[in-house]
Amino acid sequence: MNPNRLPVRPGEVIDRETSLAFTWNGRPHTGHRGDTIASALAADGVDVFARSMKYKRRRGIMTADHWDPNLFVQVGDEPNVRAGSRRLVAGMEVSAQNVWPNLRFDIGAANQLVGRFLSSGFYYKTFMRPKWLWHHLYQKVLRKFAPGGRIHWETSTHGAYDKRYAHPDVLVAGGGPAGMGAAIAAAEAGASVMLVEHEPDLGGHLRWGDADDLAVLADLAAAVESHPGIEVLVDSTVTGRYDHNWIAVMQRSHEIAPERLIKARAGSLVVAPGLIERPYVFAGNDTPGVMLSGAVRRLINLWAVRPGTRAVVLSANPEGDAAIADLEAAGVEIVAALDARAGEDIVEVEGRGRVGNVVLGDGRTVSADLVVIGTGWTAPTSLLNMAGDRPVYDPTAARYFPNQLPDDVLATGGITGNGTTAELVEHGRATGTLAANRALRNRHDRRSSTARARSPEGPIPESLHDTRASLARTPHPECYRSSSHGMVDFSEDVSSKDLVQASREGFDSIELMKRYTTVTMGPSQGKLETVNAAAVLAETRSMDMVDIGTTVWRPPFAPISLGALAGRIFEPIRRSALQDWHEDHGASPLLAGQWVRPDHYGDPVAEARNVRENVGIIDVTPLGKLDLRGPDVTKLLELVYVNRWQKLDVGRVRYGTMVAEDGVVSDDGVTGRLGEDHYLMTTTSSGAGAIWEMLEDYLQTYRPDWNVHVTAVTGGLTSINVAGPRCRELLLRLVEGVDLSPDAFPYFHVRRGTVAGVPDCIIWRIGFTGELSYEVHVPSGHALHVWESLLANGEDLGIMPFGVESQRILRLEKGHYIVGQDTDGLTKAPSAGLGGLVKLDKPDTLGLPELRAAYARTDLPILVAIQTDDPEVVPMEADQIVDGDSNRILGRITSSRMSPTLGRSVCLGQVDPSLAAAGSKVTILLIDGRRILGTVQEHHAHVDPEGVRQNA
Amino acid sequence: MIVVNCPHCGPRNSSDLRPCGEVTTRPDPATASLSEWRTYLYLRENPAGWVTETWYCRSGCRRYFTIERNTATNETRSSEAS
Repeated sequence: MNPNRLPVRPGEVIDRETSLAFTWNGRPHTGHRGDTIASALAADGVDVFARSMKYKRRRGIMTADHWDPNLFVQVGDEPNVRAGSRRLVAGMEVSAQNVWPNLRFDIGAANQLVGRFLSSGFYYKTFMRPKWLWHHLYQKVLRKFAPGGRIHWETSTHGAYDKRYAHPDVLVAGGGPAGMGAAIAAAEAGASVMLVEHEPDLGGHLRWGDADDLAVLADLAAAVESHPGIEVLVDSTVTGRYDHNWIAVMQRSHEIAPERLIKARAGSLVVAPGLIERPYVFAGNDTPGVMLSGAVRRLINLWAVRPGTRAVVLSANPEGDAAIADLEAAGVEIVAALDARAGEDIVEVEGRGRVGNVVLGDGRTVSADLVVIGTGWTAPTSLLNMAGDRPVYDPTAARYFPNQLPDDVLATGGITGNGTTAELVEHGRATGTLAANRALRNRHDRRSSTARARSPEGPIPESLHDTRASLARTPHPECYRSSSHGMVDFSEDVSSKDLVQASREGFDSIELMKRYTTVTMGPSQGKLETVNAAAVLAETRSMDMVDIGTTVWRPPFAPISLGALAGRIFEPIRRSALQDWHEDHGASPLLAGQWVRPDHYGDPVAEARNVRENVGIIDVTPLGKLDLRGPDVTKLLELVYVNRWQKLDVGRVRYGTMVAEDGVVSDDGVTGRLGEDHYLMTTTSSGAGAIWEMLEDYLQTYRPDWNVHVTAVTGGLTSINVAGPRCRELLLRLVEGVDLSPDAFPYFHVRRGTVAGVPDCIIWRIGFTGELSYEVHVPSGHALHVWESLLANGEDLGIMPFGVESQRILRLEKGHYIVGQDTDGLTKAPSAGLGGLVKLDKPDTLGLPELRAAYARTDLPILVAIQTDDPEVVPMEADQIVDGDSNRILGRITSSRMSPTLGRSVCLGQVDPSLAAAGSKVTILLIDGRRILGTVQEHHAHVDPEGVRQNA
Repeated sequence: MIVVNCPHCGPRNSSDLRPCGEVTTRPDPATASLSEWRTYLYLRENPAGWVTETWYCRSGCRRYFTIERNTATNETRSSEAS
């Protein structure tokens, strides 16, 4: 079955009882549950998994984990799957990507022969001239060669992505011995802990260790899993650390989502990622069969896969030595065990589909199919860099170490030094205790500093000093490059030769070199290649590694799907109490800001005509409504509106316009005086939230001495506009306690009364439609009853509900402008035609100096009503008004509709002041290029400019 | 995303609040010249360091309050609630 599968290994993670069938490039294979895609294929003897990006070189397993740059595959319709970490599932259709036409024969491999044209900066040098070829040739060819899998637009089998928020006291990044120790100690100290491990199981390097390691692992994992204060997330990666320990965790293979983004606010962050094994630079170092020591140990001990038959091992550390023991136990012949500490070396590997001959440092050539490299470690300091640290290179230990960390970020484990398993656990425990102490003290501080928060439980924990004994920095040879040149960046195909060349061309700082050669810019993002790149540069420039520095590590540490970033949308949608009724009666939905509203019920023109002829009702609940109470409301109104408010009697309603402090029209609406110290203000639907916040701003920060209480009642009161010549007749049947006669209740007045048996309704006579109309504000719990009573009682009067579109037709006929539609972010008060409404002699009003300046100008555009000379042509909103046959812009159409009442097209528009006089001819440039004439009207109102209908 | 300590609601994600920028003083509009007014509207000190700024607790208590924030480090500390 699996030719390379070994007998049972003590720490193996495969379930040999299971057999999972899958395909690789169309051919059938099997593996076990617990296998990764890569381990199952390796067990079946597959050597070549991919072609490299630029030179299309054959590539095989190198690290056998999530970071392996050679193991990107397509699984069904999912591209760029990491075969080194993705668990095998029965039925997977796995194929190689980045190959054309196939893995065995790839046309692009000819690029190796022309490699000198693809060297450093080839993007900048090769495809520049002639420019026209970019479109016709370069782009098409480059796309064929571009790495990456195929996206299938038509399928969406990846499911819905999700998001979650979390607030752990301590978040531990890394579930190895130190990370587990930290989690246990922090939980014992009373902290809530989130432990994040990017492999599918806890344990780190203990998982592929010896019997003692496995025993320690079992104890630690049991302690972690049994502690109720620890939440364990495996197959999850901490991808970023931001201000105030805002931490992004990417949870893969969650039961309900393919990826879930967890946004965690942690009191303390413990960084315990261990170390990443570093490749070694020599000729042929990317040949399939060249693996890092960790890869062969994982293959042998986790998945019982024999990685080869005849091995050359180059070791510079105890882990490399352990690989020799593991290989021998797996029955692999050790052809040569080279000790890098004694100066032994590998110069070149020959072979294309698999390692064949190995040229050693002493000049011998040996035959082998496996080369194992254990020459050093890279400290993945990403999270520390994101916390502001600049790690420092230590030449003795041949790696970087943390330098200066903020109090709420602590490091432990291999990233801080070397130690026995017991020492690593102990350092982790001490770090966890300290992290918990800082987090709990911080939490206590915050609770006691806040008036309304829960009071802190018990006394504040005593501050602990950092008394941790540092882990040793065991000396390690600086092994970066052999005497030959080879690959530095495996995902971008950048060799040490390319880096030397870039340096000679003057790109000799690490950041410049990165951008010129694209080294560290591939999917590995520097995890395997950053330090080797710095080492090659240091060697070329004869400088110290310390002075070369590294490129900056930025988030995310591991790639995140765009789907996970988008996640689930938490935006609420607001519905009036009548929205269900609207939908049950065929309303076409309109999304307006946060609200869903009825656009129309089938025929907006008929609905509009019915308002002019009979009576209609519309749900205008989204209209912003603010209940204002207190002795100083008048002062507030004087401040925020451009017009006067001192002489508004109880029972009266007044229209007002607001401008912002920069003089730009910001909102409008009517405000009624319900009692001596009680007003109801309405705002535009879209401005409701902003105006509420603005009133609070001025009341809280500018005039805290004023006594005004603002309550938003937008949703609490359902607003129904009853409009049309027969609306009074209708309301007479339903309203009690209010005299509706024109003399007792004239235009722009407000009354309170009972409507359809519902007491305390607010009724005001206003008119956006230009008809006789009353706006009824009903407590929302009774809204449906009032709405249905109006319809039932108005049946013989021809009542029809109408929607937003009909209202827009009607208001345009009447010439009422809409803030934000007929005005924009530059429209100052004089442009909106406010005329005498604005009182410049008030002592204080918003934007007063800007208003004074605006009214002194003569060049501001003016809002006017326009009728096209051809009554059938309705220009589009935003069509330009131009100067005759030229393209000089003199204005634009802001609103346009076919008027059912007049049977002709009607518009509002902003025009140059030279065109604002009634009777001026304007040229409107239509979208199809035609130019038509229009005439500026005397009044904004196309219908009933005298207001006879609304005042009836 | 930084944490802002609302004096009434406690520590909150800044996305729960609205930043209103540096605290400014509104000149008397009756007497302010246009240039004084526009300085108030548009010009800010914007130092790399400590600044007193207004925040609005839009998802909580709906109070406007001031805090001091170091624009270089995003450290925050309390100031008097306004």
